Amino acid sequence: MTNMTTPPVPASVTLPHAGPLLTRTGWSAFAVALLVVCAVAPLLNLFVPEGSAFHLSDYMVGLLGKIMCYAICALAMDLIWGYTGILSLGHGLFFALGGYVMGMYLMRQIGTDGNYKSELPDFMVFLDWKELPWHWALSDSFIATLLLIVLVPGAVAFVFGYFAFRSRIKGVYFSIITQALTFAALLLFFRNETGLGGNNGFTDFKRILGMPLATQNMRMTLFVLTGLTLLGFFLWARWLVNSKFGRVLQAVRDAESRVMFCGYNPLPYKLTIWTISAVMCGIAGALYVPQVGIINPGEMSTAASIEIAVWAAVGGRATLVGPIIGAFIVNGAKSWLTVTFPEFWLYFLGALFIAVTLWMPQGVVGLVKKIRGARA
Amino acid sequence: MTPDLMEEGAQRYEKLQTAGVLGRTESGGRTAAYGRIHTPGEVDTTHGRILYLEDVHVSFDGFKAINGLSLDIAPGELRCIIGPNGAGKTTMMDIITGKTRPDSGHVFFGSTIDLLRYREPEIAALGIGRKFQKPTVFEQLSVYENLELALATDKRVRHSMVFRPSGEEKDRLGEVLTTIHLADSAARLAGNLSHGQKQWLEIGMLLMQDPKLLLLDEPVAGMTDEETERTAQLFLSLKGKHSLMVVEHDMSFIRTISEKVTVLCDGSVLAEGTLDEVQADERVIEVYLGR
Repeated sequence: MTNMTTPPVPASVTLPHAGPLLTRTGWSAFAVALLVVCAVAPLLNLFVPEGSAFHLSDYMVGLLGKIMCYAICALAMDLIWGYTGILSLGHGLFFALGGYVMGMYLMRQIGTDGNYKSELPDFMVFLDWKELPWHWALSDSFIATLLLIVLVPGAVAFVFGYFAFRSRIKGVYFSIITQALTFAALLLFFRNETGLGGNNGFTDFKRILGMPLATQNMRMTLFVLTGLTLLGFFLWARWLVNSKFGRVLQAVRDAESRVMFCGYNPLPYKLTIWTISAVMCGIAGALYVPQVGIINPGEMSTAASIEIAVWAAVGGRATLVGPIIGAFIVNGAKSWLTVTFPEFWLYFLGALFIAVTLWMPQGVVGLVKKIRGARA
Repeated sequence: MTPDLMEEGAQRYEKLQTAGVLGRTESGGRTAAYGRIHTPGEVDTTHGRILYLEDVHVSFDGFKAINGLSLDIAPGELRCIIGPNGAGKTTMMDIITGKTRPDSGHVFFGSTIDLLRYREPEIAALGIGRKFQKPTVFEQLSVYENLELALATDKRVRHSMVFRPSGEEKDRLGEVLTTIHLADSAARLAGNLSHGQKQWLEIGMLLMQDPKLLLLDEPVAGMTDEETERTAQLFLSLKGKHSLMVVEHDMSFIRTISEKVTVLCDGSVLAEGTLDEVQADERVIEVYLGR
């Protein structure tokens, strides 16, 4: 280039540095969360006497554990919706698939302690089946179960995503297809012939790894495990969106054709994040089932999948922290309202969604940022 | 080669000869390449042409957007394309970049790469960069991040996950930031730039890819006079190193940068020559002033 047109490169074109994984405040908050999950909550639940004001009740442990599973789903939703701009209304399916894989293992763990004292799960005895169907083959191995928790939702997501993204299905059409997918799965799982407990699903779990499930210690263990998974996934998601990979995803969201003309093929990018997101949901489902003690096709209902999107929207899309907060706010409100004013819950959910869309498009996190910005 | 193909080729050759096209190309009308090693994926410009469109037809629902378009561009050339609305300028760029498939015709990049066999990202990787009519930058990313995404490097997922720019790549980023006068705004969100600055950023993103051929659709639309002037200088400095195809309406801008202008009308070439020549052409005056 000639000197006339381009001034010689000044010695100091200051290039912005890549942002750290978390800011200092971020790391502090993360450390606090880690402390609460691993030390404070077990302490308050197991060692503070029941009468004390500081005692964390078993009910609360169960509730928080459940909400943390939901928070993992919200985080997964944020990766695919908030960062990549692909709204999935079928994430409940992946959650349920992970849950069912875990449920099958827990059913086998019941052994002969079921109502019919049979080696087979109760519902199979009830249906007069004589042996386990083929897809139950690996269900007595815990290791195989752990693998399948990742592989089943991952494989379903990969195959579905490959064809959907290859056909360049976008926007609302993609959302509708995911909704149809989870509805089709719901119908399939409702059938007794599917061999997964029909509309009752699985319940009455007794043991995991040979240890009884319904003890305070086991509940706390699952709680801590869920908390660590959530925090681990948060850091991983943070790393993903901070990498160039994450910036390509945002670029796909904002101007996909430009991404293509930059020489990127968006298909593997979308497929990767879509599969990661589905696997996260599957793991959340697998953690959810032993804590809640039941899994049935209701988890695949269209409303369940839409709720995941509501949590992400309420918390604030493309913030990672937001959807986690959103899952806690909405589900906290849900468990309070369904006890106090059971008939108002759905009205509240609807009103919340409208309010967020109208006045808080960036969600709770966006609102906090705005207030801070106004003060500064 | 089958006899009917030979027949067809001979007829086409004769047609071009009678039209007087053959003598005008820089390869002097030679018709075959002898004794050269052909590297796949490499742009072969030994025939003096980097882009070659021949008899391209496209119609949308019966409307003939491109109707027998033939056009070629030399390596290092800066070619301006003008023409009334609906002349097929943007469609032509869509075809070259793989966005639209022509119904018939040939589109070659160099002598050996048949562009019709590739998809958008592959064409971009071959070395054709495109700037859209409406500036499209990634608004939620910073100026720096926009350029970094466009950087010519391995664009696969695994590589993107662990990518850190090397020292050389950082120099290149700094160089382009300076070239497009956005060195002070590197950390700003691209969405907060002015319209003209977005145009510049988009041109910068093209430069990051180090393309052999740049397609620029109305690059100075919405720019101030000063920005237009700078853009003209930038393009003149790129000429020679890159081939440029510029679609523009701003005649004074074209006068500053171009040596050769092609006028498109109704999906085919109406006239070609210097700006003064085509402006003197009666058919051009007619389509611009109305019939």
